Order: sequence, then structure tokens, then C-alpha cells
Amino acid sequence: MALAPAVTDLEQLKGHPAVARIVGWNSSALQAAKFDREELTLYVERRALREACQLLRDDPACPFNYLADVTCVDWYPSDPRFEVVYHLLSISKKERVRLKVRLSEESPVVDSVTSVWPGANYFEREVFDLFGVRFTGHPYLRRLLMPEDWEGHPLRKDYPVEGYR
Amino acid sequence: MAHMTPTPVLEPGQDKTMILNMGPQHPSTHGVLRVILEIDGENIVRIMPDIGFLHTGIEKTCEAKFYQQVVPLTDRIDYLCPMTNNLCYVLAVEKLLGLELPPKAEWLRVMMNELTRINSHLVWLGTHALDIGAMTVFLYCFREREDVLRLFEAISGQRMMTSYFRVGGVALEPPLGFFDRVRDFAKRFPSCVDEYENLLTNNPIWKLRTQGVAKITAEDAIALGASGPTLRGSGVDHDLRRDMPYTGYENFKFKVPVRTEGDVYARYLCRVAELRESIGIVQQALDGMPSGPIKADAPKVVLPDREKMKTQMEALIYHFKIITEGFAVPAGEVYQAVESPRGEMGYYVVSDGTAKPYRVHMRSACLANMQTLPSMCEGRLLADVVAAIGSIDIVLGEIDR
Repeated sequence: MALAPAVTDLEQLKGHPAVARIVGWNSSALQAAKFDREELTLYVERRALREACQLLRDDPACPFNYLADVTCVDWYPSDPRFEVVYHLLSISKKERVRLKVRLSEESPVVDSVTSVWPGANYFEREVFDLFGVRFTGHPYLRRLLMPEDWEGHPLRKDYPVEGYR
Repeated sequence: MAHMTPTPVLEPGQDKTMILNMGPQHPSTHGVLRVILEIDGENIVRIMPDIGFLHTGIEKTCEAKFYQQVVPLTDRIDYLCPMTNNLCYVLAVEKLLGLELPPKAEWLRVMMNELTRINSHLVWLGTHALDIGAMTVFLYCFREREDVLRLFEAISGQRMMTSYFRVGGVALEPPLGFFDRVRDFAKRFPSCVDEYENLLTNNPIWKLRTQGVAKITAEDAIALGASGPTLRGSGVDHDLRRDMPYTGYENFKFKVPVRTEGDVYARYLCRVAELRESIGIVQQALDGMPSGPIKADAPKVVLPDREKMKTQMEALIYHFKIITEGFAVPAGEVYQAVESPRGEMGYYVVSDGTAKPYRVHMRSACLANMQTLPSMCEGRLLADVVAAIGSIDIVLGEIDR
């Protein structure tokens, strides 16, 4: 099975409920979209993220009511450095969508979605712990896996695999 | 909602409450979970799980390995269901590569995956009952679990860390007589489940300890990201095997047990019913097992047969290349989710076009499920915490990674 080329044209992807919903609300919130390997990725503007999540969750036609995962990818040394990745699932419509927010190295800060899904709590703490991305509005942004007094954020690409010696 | 309250500080809030530390070395926390409790007499005011004692940085390690070398690491995340983790990872890489598998490989995967679910649920049932005080069930469950582990040993050479699923297929052809052994087990197993149920389902003590305990509503469970039996015990009919089928699950007929009560007993009934459904799927896989190759036709990705290496130059070269250089995966990203015994197990794999994954992230079902603990326990009795922890079936290896 050969891989189909990725679709990045926003016009072609308008049929997808998540794209239509965000574009219908605020077209500047959606920076880009990509449909690759049967998975849809939406690049959302940083300041619009929380509202976009709220909007997708409350969509009457296709409610993405389940936050499956929050994680992050470090693209060091390129800029913007961080991509925070949200995986949303619609339990009733059996659809998935991936939201991404790009963050620069100088200010890796994004709104917390804990007010939309309380379940984001641990996921965001984990991203904070391992990548150093901060979530404004998080009720308890503390390290989750590493010890409280740990230095550095281990999953950053400039953090050595064997740790600092 | 209880889970919206700020997490507790370590000092008691009022004069009459006290802080109690439970774990990390506590037999009923199933590993190294530490729970900080603020209690007023026997009543729980606030509860805060503290995790990370088993953090080994597997996600970081994956970035330094070739794609095929990550498979043995995935076993060690959730040591009770190694093959589910193998499956999820190899499916993600196969999706990145665009590989298609022969039917026999898929059916073998389904069969072994369901045996893994049985293995995991048996450990859960035994330890959960032990926590609540029913000793005998543990012995019964481990008797059957031993049979499953022997099957794993026969097919993969390992009892627990199987690494049986590989990118592009499965590691080995099943040995002679293997299917007969599975058939024997599948025939015997439903009566074993009857035995467990005889001990527990209508047992008045069991019911007193579990019915109406640690309740959670469907809305809360969804909002907190719970999945698997924790979600289905609250009345949400959602199972990835049926709703978003992978590796050929669309060929199998099975029911998804759902209960609406949302308490410990409901989650218990869901899992026990799943045991019966799983053995039904194993039976269907045995009956319809197709013949043919067990590996995809992709010489640059799949290791060649030993026999071919002795006679064909090409095969030897490919073997050398894959072992020393790995195989390059086209750039892209994939999120693959499977229904593990505990819920939605997801692998997010990012490739930059080289032979090593740029990022591997494991979405742990237990981590999300554990967030339901405060909603379940706050305002209830201390003894119920043990029942609640057991009922969400946590594996700390998966939570901490």
C-alpha cells in the first residue's frame, strides 16, 4: 500500500466537521490544516486554543467531547520550537482530530484546557514537567513524574539521554 | 464537581482533620502509588495521588533506538499486557510506513491480544479481591493465568516480556500443537470464570464492599478522560475494538459489556463479562485462522527467514542492513489507539524520516483513569479507597513510564 500524499489545502478539508466549525467561528484562529495517513491535524493560533477546544467540545453536530491526550514535541533548534499536541475524540461520531499549537522557545506558554476538560490536569502537568511548557490557568502546575527539585526538562532535545553529569 | 477543587496541601486544613500517607510501599496500591489523604475520623476530606516513583524515561530512551528496538521497551510499560503495547506500537509504525499485513498475522495478533486481556484481567481480579479480603479468588485466578503464561512461553519464548509482535508481522510461526493447546484452554476457561463468579458475584460481603462504593457519573468519567471498564461501568458504550476497529477486529463478533451503576461492583461485572467475550474472540480466531505468511512482504523492513539467509545473498544483505542501520520511516506523525484491558492505550509516533523515532509518546489509560480517584473517594470512608484503587485497575509501570 503506497502512502497517499498529505492534503494541506484548507478548501479541500472544509468538509470535515472540526475544520468547518473553527473556520465558521474565526478563520484567523486556524493557521493550517493537514490530512495525512487518515488523520486530521489542525494548527491553531495560540491565543485561540482554549476557545477552539470549547467550541469543538460543544459542537452539536459532532461533539469532540473526549480529550484523549495532550503531549508535546520539541523541534529544537528550529523556531517555533515546541508543538503542543491535543488529541480529541468524538465518542458518538467516532471521529478523531489533532490540534497543534506552536510555541516559541522564549515564551512556551499556552492557555490550560483544564476548564474545558478537567482530565487535562495530569497531561498538562506531565508536559510541564518533561518539556517546561507552562499552562496559564492550570489549577496545580507542579512536576508530576520527576522529583520536585529536579533541574531541567528531560524530554527536551537538548537534554542528554543519560542526564546531566 | 469534586475534581475541580484545588489539590490539597500537606498541612491539615482544620483542627479536626489529619493527613494520612498511604504508600508508596503499600500492598493494595499495586506497585508504588502514594496517596495523600486528608481525613476527618474515617471520612476522606481530600485525596491526592502522588506518582512518578517508577518513572524510567522510556519515552526518552525510545528516541535513541531504532524503530524495531523500541518493541521490547513497550513490553515493559504495562507489564501485565505486554502484547497490547506491542500491538499499539507496531500498528503506529506500520501506519507510518503504509504497510499492509497478511491476514494470518492479523488474526494471530487478535488471538494473542485477547489472551493478554485475559491474563491482565485475571491478575486484576485476583489482586482486587485480595485487597477487599477474598483470598481464595487470587489462587484460582493465578491458576488460569499460569496457563496463559505457558501459552505465551510456547509462542514467543517468554512468559511476560513477550515482544512477539514486530513491525510488519509477528516474530515466529506458532509451534506445532499450539492451536490445540489454546483450544483446550478456551474450552475449559468459561467454567473457570463461573468458579470466580460463584465466589464473588452473589457474595453478600463482596456486594457490601463494592455496591454503591466509589461511584462516578458518565459525564465526570468522560470529562476526566477515563476509558475502558472505568468508563463502561458508568454507562458509556464505547469500545475501540468495535467502534474504531484495528488489526482486523471488524471480522469478529463480540458484545461490549456496559453497566450503568458506575460503582466498583459495576466495573467488576464489566471486566468479568469481558473475560467471557475475550475467550469467545479467541475461539473465533481459532476457528477461522487463515493460512499463509505471518509477515508482510516488505524486505527492507521485515527481517528475512533464517533459511533464506543461508541460501540467498539478498536476504543476508537485508538482514545486515536492518540490524545495523535500521529502516527509514517516511516523515510524518501518527496517533494509534487500541483498547487495552485498562482503556484507551495510545501511541503517538513522530518520524523525521530517519531510522530512529523523533518522538514516541504513550497515552496511558491508567494515568487518565487515576484522575477519577478524587471524585470517587472524597466524602467516603477510608476503607473504600482500597476498593476504588483496585477497581480502576492501575498499573504503575504504565502511569509513570
